[in-house]
Amino acid sequence: MSTVTGTGSTARGAGRRGARREPEAVRPQGRAARLLTGHGWLTFAFLYLPILVLVALSFNDNRFVGVWGGATLRWYRELGSEPAIFDALRNSLVVALVSTVLATALGTAAAISLDRFRWRGRRAFDGLLFLPVIVPDVTLAVMLLLLFVQVLDLLAAVLGVRATFGLGTITLSHVAFNVAFVAVVVRARLARLDPRLEEAAADLYAGPWRTFRHVTLPLIAPGVAGGALLALTLSLDDVVVTSFVAGPGSTTLPVYVFGLIRRGVTPLINAVSVLMLAGSMLLVVVSLALQGRRGGGAVRAAVPGRT
Amino acid sequence: MRTLTHRGRAAAVLAVTALLAAACTGGEDESAAAVCAPGETDGDLLLYNWNDYVDPDLVPAFEAAYGVEVVEDYYTSNEELLARVSAGGAGYDVVVPSDYAVAIMVEEGTLLELQHDAIPNLANLRADFTDPSYDPGNAHSVPYLWGTTGLGVNTALLGDVEPSWALVFDPEVAGALPGRVSLLDDPREVLGAALHYLGLDPNTTSEEDLQRAADLVAAARDWTAAYDSGTYEDLLLSGEVVVAHGYSGNFLEAFDGAEGYAYVVPQEGATVWTDAMAVLADAPHPCTAHAFIDFVLTAERGAALTEYIYYPSPNAAAEALIDPEILDDPAVYPAPATQERLQFLRDTGEFETRYTDLYVEATS
Amino acid sequence: MVGVAPAPAPARRRGPRPPAPPGPEREAARAAARRGALIGLPPLVTMVLLFAVPLGIVAVYSVATRGRTGRTELADWNLDAYARLLEPLVLEIAGRSLGYAALTTLLCLAIGYPFAYWLTTRRPGVRAVLLVLVMLPFWSNFLVRTYAWRVLLGSDGPIVTALAAVGLGEVRLLFTPFAVVLGLVYGYLPFMVLPLYSSLERLDLRLVEAARDLGATGWEAFRRVTWPLSRPGVVAGSVLVFIPSFGAYVTPELLGGSRTTLVGSFVVRQFLSARDWPFGSALSMAILVVMLAATVAYFRAQERRS
Repeated sequence: MSTVTGTGSTARGAGRRGARREPEAVRPQGRAARLLTGHGWLTFAFLYLPILVLVALSFNDNRFVGVWGGATLRWYRELGSEPAIFDALRNSLVVALVSTVLATALGTAAAISLDRFRWRGRRAFDGLLFLPVIVPDVTLAVMLLLLFVQVLDLLAAVLGVRATFGLGTITLSHVAFNVAFVAVVVRARLARLDPRLEEAAADLYAGPWRTFRHVTLPLIAPGVAGGALLALTLSLDDVVVTSFVAGPGSTTLPVYVFGLIRRGVTPLINAVSVLMLAGSMLLVVVSLALQGRRGGGAVRAAVPGRT
Repeated sequence: MRTLTHRGRAAAVLAVTALLAAACTGGEDESAAAVCAPGETDGDLLLYNWNDYVDPDLVPAFEAAYGVEVVEDYYTSNEELLARVSAGGAGYDVVVPSDYAVAIMVEEGTLLELQHDAIPNLANLRADFTDPSYDPGNAHSVPYLWGTTGLGVNTALLGDVEPSWALVFDPEVAGALPGRVSLLDDPREVLGAALHYLGLDPNTTSEEDLQRAADLVAAARDWTAAYDSGTYEDLLLSGEVVVAHGYSGNFLEAFDGAEGYAYVVPQEGATVWTDAMAVLADAPHPCTAHAFIDFVLTAERGAALTEYIYYPSPNAAAEALIDPEILDDPAVYPAPATQERLQFLRDTGEFETRYTDLYVEATS
Repeated sequence: MVGVAPAPAPARRRGPRPPAPPGPEREAARAAARRGALIGLPPLVTMVLLFAVPLGIVAVYSVATRGRTGRTELADWNLDAYARLLEPLVLEIAGRSLGYAALTTLLCLAIGYPFAYWLTTRRPGVRAVLLVLVMLPFWSNFLVRTYAWRVLLGSDGPIVTALAAVGLGEVRLLFTPFAVVLGLVYGYLPFMVLPLYSSLERLDLRLVEAARDLGATGWEAFRRVTWPLSRPGVVAGSVLVFIPSFGAYVTPELLGGSRTTLVGSFVVRQFLSARDWPFGSALSMAILVVMLAATVAYFRAQERRS
């Protein structure tokens, strides 16, 4: 079951080993090298083509995307007069931040408990933590919808309070899928830690809490940061689960954008997208700057994209 | 802690049982709703409506007139609405389901019985909208707008075409178009269109009839580009398709200012629908909801709505204020001869899953 | 928390725990186990409440009955929904989804492997920049990226226009299976590239050199040394691509047309247009079981091979 951790550890092992060897030595030579390089740049073109088109068309002064009608900023101006977008953005950020904090704390605790201790029920917990990684979004969405229907009914019956779907249910749903992802990333980091460091701290009469606070936590910090980034991205990206458990006034940005796309409101979508892209880039740059040289792996671990 | 697995398992089982027990018993005792006076409000309005289905002035005008705020969320299909609402706890005040969805919601008990005294503007309704088949006497719902489901046609490319479902179903006609077509992503509408074309009942519960319709839809895959309920106007205007299946007002709104397009109601018959405002049984603000419904029923608001989104109004008082050009446009207000061939889609109960199954089979 | 008996507990170890020796050490082990369970309790409770319980509810719904109006009646328990899983329509859609997911995985591997290899051969400084460049598009919203393809593939779009200009005539790309697979490959490529990159990057290149020194051709060295050693990356990448492509909902909804219904859309349709929650629940259960079985079997097979 826990084999998935292998993914995390491979994804994170990269960083600092590179400098030690001479990459030149086994660079493929001649035709193979040229082919590889050509393929490399083509792949980059594939990755960036849609992004470039998207950015260019956000300045297109024509409602229909295929026809260039000159450059304009009017879609960005129109965004300003759509308060719904800013409400959606605020909802997204609230949900993402709260669910990330919760999921990171819970996921880290799960990772430590599973990796550093042996207790009865550990295997079952391990299996339970593996499921959210492999369950398709749609299935998870259905599960959570049915859960909240029952819980809200129960609350109404027991407490007489009619709670409704909303930011609360969305946040809990995001926690539901993010705990497992955070745990995977943190465990990968833990697995590569030398337990003797902690033993040494214990031998020096550091209590369990001090050992954790001053030895374990700093050592796994890049993993925790990576897990948090992954959780943040997954939360900011989620459409399917969110749209199943949303309620009055709780539309998030991706759900709003999905609505725009289904209505075919083209240039506005492009403008929103460009702003979102700019926001994400800012986030990348900031996190890179924060991480500096020592923990670049965290960003790498944080590959977005469920759905 | 040692027996955590067992205890955990037992706890999980217990929790599920408890939840189910609650689900079976709970939710019955909705307390009797308070009586609302006309124009009385009891908090902000939580409105759950179709995408792009109000004129931009309506909500601000209501907010200004009643001093409440309106929270708007949107859905793109009745099914989305039903999924959210029949589960309970949706938390909205006013929803705008279509005819058959109203009937389902009434049967499931998710709609509040309306207090007609709190909606004096009900008197503005056209006589033929006061006793709809899906909700006798408008006991639970009040018509908001109505319209037809037909075909948007690129007349610049196709010229004057005969208004017929042959444009999407007949291999001789549809297969020979200088482009492709799109159909709604909706089992009832698509199979309903095919049933109309075959001269059969669009609400059929005959497996055989439905199978014939499904065969027609399956054969149409060869020239059907997409099954799309949200962007078909764009597909048509951008040239991706030359004939699109969709709702009257959406086409007319999109065609505004674009030459060479027309909306037609096929001569074999088509779907007519009424979207109606209703109040959820567990609405947190039922009085504001009644006030909103009454506000929409004023002549001015009704006229503004129709002039903005080109769907005909059920509001007789509003007709005096609506631009005559719209009032006389047969694409908006179908001619009497066309009206006779229009039919509502009705919920077919258990047979509904057959529509979905055969639709998925035919399109996938 | 972690001090006394750190019990390194390799996560991958199977089989029973060796009995702790009697005396104080056993006490310490017990204390550690207690502490471990205590730390694990909050996330365990969370996962039980937010995952195990909902799973149980779905299981219950899957044996319930669709009422006349579509409301689920928690009565008349039956297995009809499961029997329907074997209908030809369901099998066809499941088969198609498996095919699309497999094709997506293979394409991602074919594109991603040489790409990841190429990345590892860049100078370390350049490599870091290139990696960030790989990541960057994927920090934009998934929907928005998929939507961009809708623009690109449209009949007025640049690709169709370019193809027509080169004389390939009128080609239709949008709303085709091609568009769906393209969107899936685009969406999940980094899931393949990153694990591949890590395992290739950690490869001990002296082994490859040794193979070459012993007279192996470049191809042979790759086939006998590089490929086997990079297999963990291939395994991880394949699983990470296969699972989400199998359950994909948004991509086929936005880019697909006729004949492209996949399992994800089919499940959503059961909950929405058919209002058949029992059947939708049974489908969800089946998907979960199939994915679980497939993943475990795949990992087992790979473990055996290596």
